[in-house]
Amino acid sequence: MTDEPSRPRSRILPLVTPENEHFWRGGADGELRFLRCRACRTFVHPPAPVCPECLSFDLAPEAVSGRAELLTFTENHQPWIPGFDPPYLVAIVEIEEQKGLRLTTNLVNCATEDVRIGMPVRVVFEDVGDGVHLPLFEPAED
Amino acid sequence: MEILERRAVITGIGQSEVGRRLHRDPLALTAEACLAAIDDAGLRREDINGLSTYPGGMVPGAPGFTGAGCTEVQDMLRLEVDWYNGGPEQPGQLGSVINACAAVATGLATHVLCFRTVWEATAQGGGRRAGIGTSGGKGFRASGFMQWTLPFGAASAANWIAMFAQRHFHEYGTTREQLAQIALNARKNAALNPKAIYREPLTMEDYLGARIISTPFGLYDCDVPADGCTAVIVSRAEVARDLRRPPIRVEATGSALRGRPSWDQWDDLTTMALRDAAAMLWSRTDLKPADVDVAELYDGFSFIALAWLEALGFCGKGEGGPFVEGGARIARDGEIPLNTQGGQLSAGRLHGYGFLHEACVQLWGEGGGRQVAGDPQVAVAAAGGGPLGGCLLLTRR
Repeated sequence: MTDEPSRPRSRILPLVTPENEHFWRGGADGELRFLRCRACRTFVHPPAPVCPECLSFDLAPEAVSGRAELLTFTENHQPWIPGFDPPYLVAIVEIEEQKGLRLTTNLVNCATEDVRIGMPVRVVFEDVGDGVHLPLFEPAED
Repeated sequence: MEILERRAVITGIGQSEVGRRLHRDPLALTAEACLAAIDDAGLRREDINGLSTYPGGMVPGAPGFTGAGCTEVQDMLRLEVDWYNGGPEQPGQLGSVINACAAVATGLATHVLCFRTVWEATAQGGGRRAGIGTSGGKGFRASGFMQWTLPFGAASAANWIAMFAQRHFHEYGTTREQLAQIALNARKNAALNPKAIYREPLTMEDYLGARIISTPFGLYDCDVPADGCTAVIVSRAEVARDLRRPPIRVEATGSALRGRPSWDQWDDLTTMALRDAAAMLWSRTDLKPADVDVAELYDGFSFIALAWLEALGFCGKGEGGPFVEGGARIARDGEIPLNTQGGQLSAGRLHGYGFLHEACVQLWGEGGGRQVAGDPQVAVAAAGGGPLGGCLLLTRR
């Protein structure tokens, strides 16, 4: 039997600000966007006003492929949030474009027994209202 | 280079009643522990001219996360202080003690009363523990670090630390049966600690059969919310010679933070910020891990103690699983007795200070039934997981 963890009835949404809206709203265009330094091309996440590598202030949002590697995960069984019923899979993924460019996310469309650390994943967006599109990840072919 | 923290010593300890749902005023618990510590040192309250705590008052958090801040204690005891420090941005819970060492070493204070009060068991009542930041109601929006985790239901350190543990399992083959030894060892020691919350025997079957919280963590990988206050007096060494107790020397402290201070951006997901604190500790002493007689290492989740064991060099990186397997090495009569009071897993979440208290109890030879044999001379006390980490090396010599 393959059990795919449930999807929540409701989620806590992020507070969208001018600094982070490229990230939370990019999914409306099907794009996963991060700030990127125009000087040294480093992606910067979470958003910051200055590039941590070259200290340039010249940063702008840029879309990535949406492909990533699963670094680690947990199947949560404890009810923490009303309307967000366990079990569900929480994961940390590393975006293909840059080592260390990471997100905490949910792994979806995947049975728990099929999860493998190191597996390729790709972004899928969940429209959660208020213009926010959460980047979730599902298994991708190699 | 003079290792300035060696000008600091610990001269007294105190602890309030500890328990589940005591339904007592957290300030009363605080007063009980603080006055006990002052008395234990052979001091009068007039002698106290410094205060230090973590995370201090005025800090949002889970209900009961903070039971007293510096200003409340200063006012309650009408202290006249030259220096005080309370806040969450410190090298872990024991960062407040490390800062007190710096204060006495530099002459800003002579006797610093350090304390930590929690009353989570009472404040959270009989209900399930809520996730961090989830009490905001319908229109609530997550900001700061929580915006990167709460929308995905990762609402607790249980989830965040579980992902470190899972990565450790993946890279090094660590197993739940190995991790279990942290919890089983704690319970064995708790049986000998009259103040521990859970003292009945815990078996491997109990551990593996308990409900899952967040894989690979089951119920017994998570510490137990408690009510209680722990207090410690940090004094300047040169004024401590004539006090009641032989002072415990601070040999070295570790407070470093070199990686990204985050639950999910930390570079090596099999370590945590404690890696840097532990490395700094050993850079400030000629003592070696083999010289340590007792280790009191934070176990808010079982995996954190395993990570501290590795970071402090009691075993190699990634070797924590095999090192604790079977439990003999970390037992009271083992290579490195671990969490002799029962840890937070069984004795209760006194949030870091319980480990320092127990290190002093062991060095003073007052552990009663749980006293480590052989008159321990060197102890390490360490607290913090995720982006928090701080540690102290203490000696009787």
